[in-house]
Amino acid sequence: MNQYQNLSLTSQSFGTIRNKGVWHNNLTNRGIPAWILALLLTAFYVMIYFFPAALGYHESGNTGLIALFDPLSQWIKQKPATQWFVYGVLYTLAILIMGFKFIRKYKKSSYQRIRTFSVMFFQLCFAFIVPELLERLQQPSMDLKNMWPLNYYFFFDWNLDKLLHSGSLGLFMLFWGIALIVIISPILTYFFGKRWYCSWVCGCGALAETVGDPFRHLSDKSIKAWKAERWIVHSVLVLVVIMTAMVIYTYITGRSQILFLNSYSMREWYGFYIGAIFSGVIGVGFYPLMGSRVWCRFGCPMAAILGIQQKFFSRFRITTNGGQCISCGQCSNACEMGIDVRQYAEKGQNIVRASCVGCGLCAEVCPRGVLKLENGSVDLMQRV
Amino acid sequence: MYVYMGQLRWKDIVPYEQDFWKKNRIDLIQDEVIGIEDHKKEIVTALGKSIRYDKLIIATGSKSNTLNLPGESASNVCSLYSSQDLEAITAISSNIGKAVIIGGGLIGVELAEMFRSRNISVTMLVRENGFMDFIFPKEESDLISEQIRSHGVDLRLSTEVQRLNASGSNLITSVTTTSGENIPCDFVGMTIGVSPNISWLKNTMVETNIGVRIDDFLQTNLPDIYAIGDCAELRTTKPGRNAIEPIWYTGRMMGETVAHTLTGQPTHYNPGTWFNSAKFFDLEYQVYGDIQPNLPAHQDSVFCINPKNKRSLRINYLKSGSVIGFNLLGTRFRQAVCEKWIREQTSIEHVLENLELAVFDPEFSTHDCEQLRVAYAEKIGVKLFAKSKPNYNLVHRFLNNAIISKK
Repeated sequence: MNQYQNLSLTSQSFGTIRNKGVWHNNLTNRGIPAWILALLLTAFYVMIYFFPAALGYHESGNTGLIALFDPLSQWIKQKPATQWFVYGVLYTLAILIMGFKFIRKYKKSSYQRIRTFSVMFFQLCFAFIVPELLERLQQPSMDLKNMWPLNYYFFFDWNLDKLLHSGSLGLFMLFWGIALIVIISPILTYFFGKRWYCSWVCGCGALAETVGDPFRHLSDKSIKAWKAERWIVHSVLVLVVIMTAMVIYTYITGRSQILFLNSYSMREWYGFYIGAIFSGVIGVGFYPLMGSRVWCRFGCPMAAILGIQQKFFSRFRITTNGGQCISCGQCSNACEMGIDVRQYAEKGQNIVRASCVGCGLCAEVCPRGVLKLENGSVDLMQRV
Repeated sequence: MYVYMGQLRWKDIVPYEQDFWKKNRIDLIQDEVIGIEDHKKEIVTALGKSIRYDKLIIATGSKSNTLNLPGESASNVCSLYSSQDLEAITAISSNIGKAVIIGGGLIGVELAEMFRSRNISVTMLVRENGFMDFIFPKEESDLISEQIRSHGVDLRLSTEVQRLNASGSNLITSVTTTSGENIPCDFVGMTIGVSPNISWLKNTMVETNIGVRIDDFLQTNLPDIYAIGDCAELRTTKPGRNAIEPIWYTGRMMGETVAHTLTGQPTHYNPGTWFNSAKFFDLEYQVYGDIQPNLPAHQDSVFCINPKNKRSLRINYLKSGSVIGFNLLGTRFRQAVCEKWIREQTSIEHVLENLELAVFDPEFSTHDCEQLRVAYAEKIGVKLFAKSKPNYNLVHRFLNNAIISKK
């Protein structure tokens, strides 16, 4: 990579983002190093989820990697580390370190800086510090930004019991969790599009935007992939709704068998295939091969809900600046969600797509100032 | 350029996916056309094929200009126009430590940026006294020069080439300028503009001058034969416009126009208000309307430069008041808003008061609209205040005439 001089270091001028050499570097063009990294990441996820003992997690006393985190865990919550604690620490560290790298790279753009500080803040405070401290205080711990249906176990019996039997804090959390789904999220999505969550708040989005940034161009831009995306992501949404409805039904009535489905095996099935394999092993493990938003694009039921609202009832869109597009293809290349932005830009059409997470990179990399993320209600009725 | 720099792959920059041609029932034939038999309505190719047509559109683009100096055919002298040029430059890049680029235009700057991205040292020889001073007012020209130099390019203004010096192996090893200076190099970029690629029409009945001569319907002197894009030369031009405009946007607009005509709606070519854009390394450029490098007597200009962010804003207007042009470096403005102001001959003061409507920079960016009003106050003595915000709803209403623009 030495052949690519980082021009922005030698220049003090106002400028835009450079991704020189991403298609020449074997780590970012699906070369052998990318496959090795994907294999390592996948293996790590498989161990975390299914073989924590291999990483040194033992209830009788940790060894290996997990044991290294015992002192930190003791200090924070006076308990030995678990594989999930280790995962949380590494996940947060990765977002913070790569977040600073991202901010350095995109330092000329206020939107990118502020957005990245936001995901770093929510990961560090909401996803890590607050839940761990609550655990130390023996209170019900909860990531207050992790919303159903991304947080698919919010309505599981053990979680509801925990919240219902932990006094006013638990009740507040229950109320907050439901308010997020039915009040806060629809309002914010109406005003700002799904980006308020997906690229400003969400933990999966945080990892994708920071650690995944070097791989964003690998997303598949073909029509075929778009078709697959709509089928898969909406299927997951249907699944999570059915699964949750069954779980609540069981919680209320005590009956777990509904027709041919069993709510316990259903939720186990969902947790294993969607929660662990899809969002974890494939979602992150395949960063170097399929880009950074595989889970967000093809799997996340939260993204599916927000996307439907974004498409039909949100002020957000990406506007195109008249006839200024030169069809260079940088916008499509930068889109981590696999949207072929150029197809819209060269026709002068606004971009209203369910999958757009509003990261703003298409607008940043455009060499002709053609794209802008905007909110406006004046033409809302034309969407429905 | 982006392919060379590894930002995109070749397949990312081709305009259509592979299946586009078949899906739209277009036969894509790769061959060279060597003649037109217009009385038989046929074209003849180098492979000996005859292809019949009902309507023919000539869109053969440009070819790179040359200086006609001895040594220009050496393998390390190249322009940057075609995919073949790109391949040639890519192939020899590892042998280039130092490149000389002749010509100070957009292609020259692209080539410089490509080489600088691989740490190849670049000397740019530019005939004009200011960079692109045939288009840019001095302030903008200086800002661009500074931008180019800040990226490590040795930019030599007022410098012309006298001689290319070859070694024994028929490679150019140095360039001698008219002032007698000898600049050693491993590569010479010949980027001194383009001209219509029409020499293949020499033995046909199609009338040519510098380009293929076309009327307002983009039709040549022969029925059912049209010409568009870089290779075309309009017989009559609109005020302030050129007969040949070899840029992307006019090519695209001509294509759209001729498509209307061919599908049964004969349509005049009307390119509307002039606009263009470019990028000089990190510095984006947009222009809307009429911006002369030297201000004519009946025009006036308000200008501000932001030295910290290295960007500038300029609005030119008639002394009688109406705005005629926007020139922007490092700032993005909304084309439709600027066009509407120009088209409706809006007064400069009204435009300055509502300038925020035009802002198109990403959210949370700063802009220099207020500085431009300050510049206007210093110049004219009238302090104006912002009356609009860069808000999509306001812009939408403005463009749909819900906000009446003052004449």
